[in-house]
Amino acid sequence: MSLDPVEQAARATPVTVAKKIRGLSDRAIAWIFVGPTILLLLAINIFPLIWTINLSFTNYKANRPNRPVEYVGLRNYERILNDSDIWLNMQATAHFLVWTIVFQVLIGFTLAWLINRKFKGNDLWTTIIVLPMMLSPAVVGNFWTFFYQPQIGLFNYVVSFFTGADPSSFEMLGSVDLAPWAIVIVDTWMWTPFVMLICLAGLRSIPNYIYEAAAIDRASKWRQFWTITIPMVLPFLMLAVLFRGIENFKMFDLVVQLTGGGPGSTTELASINLKREAFEKWRTGYSSAFAIILFVTVFGLASIYVKALNKVKER
Amino acid sequence: MSYSITEPSSRQKKVAGSLVILYAFITLVPLFWVFMTGFKTPPDSISYPPKILFTPSLEGYVNLFTTRTRVSPETLQQLPPPANFAEEIVRNRNMVIAGPSKYGERFLNSVIIGFGSTFLSIFLGTLAAYGFSRFKVPFKDDLLFFILSTRMMPPIAVAIPIFLMYRKLGLSDTHVGMILLYTAVNISLAVWLLKGFMDEIPLEYEEAALIDGYTRFQAFYKVVLPQAATGIASTAIFCLIFAWNEYAFAVLLTSGTAQTAPPFIPTIIGVGGLDWPAMAAGATIFLLPVLIFTVMLRKHLLRGITFGAVRK
Repeated sequence: MSLDPVEQAARATPVTVAKKIRGLSDRAIAWIFVGPTILLLLAINIFPLIWTINLSFTNYKANRPNRPVEYVGLRNYERILNDSDIWLNMQATAHFLVWTIVFQVLIGFTLAWLINRKFKGNDLWTTIIVLPMMLSPAVVGNFWTFFYQPQIGLFNYVVSFFTGADPSSFEMLGSVDLAPWAIVIVDTWMWTPFVMLICLAGLRSIPNYIYEAAAIDRASKWRQFWTITIPMVLPFLMLAVLFRGIENFKMFDLVVQLTGGGPGSTTELASINLKREAFEKWRTGYSSAFAIILFVTVFGLASIYVKALNKVKER
Repeated sequence: MSYSITEPSSRQKKVAGSLVILYAFITLVPLFWVFMTGFKTPPDSISYPPKILFTPSLEGYVNLFTTRTRVSPETLQQLPPPANFAEEIVRNRNMVIAGPSKYGERFLNSVIIGFGSTFLSIFLGTLAAYGFSRFKVPFKDDLLFFILSTRMMPPIAVAIPIFLMYRKLGLSDTHVGMILLYTAVNISLAVWLLKGFMDEIPLEYEEAALIDGYTRFQAFYKVVLPQAATGIASTAIFCLIFAWNEYAFAVLLTSGTAQTAPPFIPTIIGVGGLDWPAMAAGATIFLLPVLIFTVMLRKHLLRGITFGAVRK
């Protein structure tokens, strides 16, 4: 983070003023302001994180607190990386991640681009489109299971209405082929507005004079779109992808309600498996190691991505 | 009207407008359908083809708020006439009301935990944001990044040690425990958003106040707080919506006294009964406040979403 003028001024001015007014040094006051937050985060974020790291080297089982705990070194990590089921989870997660991002970027950008035509009442319609992302994912997942019911479900009815297929001939949530797409559809319905809003902010940040200059230079609309609009929105779009990526890597609530990881383990995303290992099989040590691996993966991928993002921004 | 080469033509606007409105309608169908299902009878809710026209009934809402037991037709006839509409609806299904359901309690828990954690996050977040915005804090950038990175943890990963810790401290399934946890999750976003709002407030106001003899704290709450009010309000809405919607921690760390509505609503459907209207009624009551909030406060909310994301 660079020092903007405000911050520079903040650092320069009030030191002497505050000292004159009161006995407390600026540093002490700063800690009074920042301290409580840091304390809370230490207690509920850092301490648990360290505890998880510690647990990940043990064979602790939380449902048997009295059993002696043994340190097993890196064995949990070894077992996870050699576990073929975990790789299936990762594949399911990757499928979910990639397709939700593809659909959300395509639809979200298109919508933002259309809304930016500034037609009458665009504010109101933007708000309506945003509604799904404000809702509780667990409740959303819950009522979508209703739409996905074979025979009686609204989704099956609409599909059969347009394609003529028998509405009881396919089960979105019960079929191995369709379930991974069922969760992608719901997530896209819910989160496309987020990508749309970020893109809209990007489109609105492009000053008009650039287009005016391009028009005077007789650049076609098509050319303007590819050489002005896309490059200038790209940093925003990439940011939206980063946020959706992190969120969907952690995805739990929506999918657990929709499929519970099934059928089989076709939609068992990493978080769902983690929950199963930690709170159903109570393999606390093993699942702690898995949690650390997931965290390091998100963190690593996000850091690489942010570097790429900064390069795009610099251009 | 002045002519501009960058202004879209009115035909373009119309086409764009109708496409967006079409998408908005498609997006609304599921919500509208849930709302309607809440007013259907159970047989109507599972009819094929799906019914758009139906006689509205409050059965879903009655079932949502009550527990019922089945009785034989003979006993039913011996009972005094139904005291209210709810009993009448239930008796039509050969049942009597046994007592209130847990939905009311769960909803109240959501309110207590939602508002409690929002208040605490805003209180701590405002102080921290002011500290970060105006003072030299050692390792400031690292601290800010660290605060943010806590959001990258999958909730389940955080839940394992929290579960163990709360079990030891006796905080599992308590309101205090959930309020503290949601505050810890929310505070990262709160600090980031609020710091942005505070950076925008010119320093000159505070300096003038300090020279006039205000202390730092007086300058903070008499000068800076009123200026940041809008930012604080929109941040509060984000915190509230997060706490209101949260599911993963709630389902793992609460089971009874402090359980919020999101883990409870899916259990309404009931064993084998598939009581979709009651589930839809529960969802409607739970989602409606957020929908109304969003529409009413759209300007601040939409700004907050993009602002929060773009700053990060």
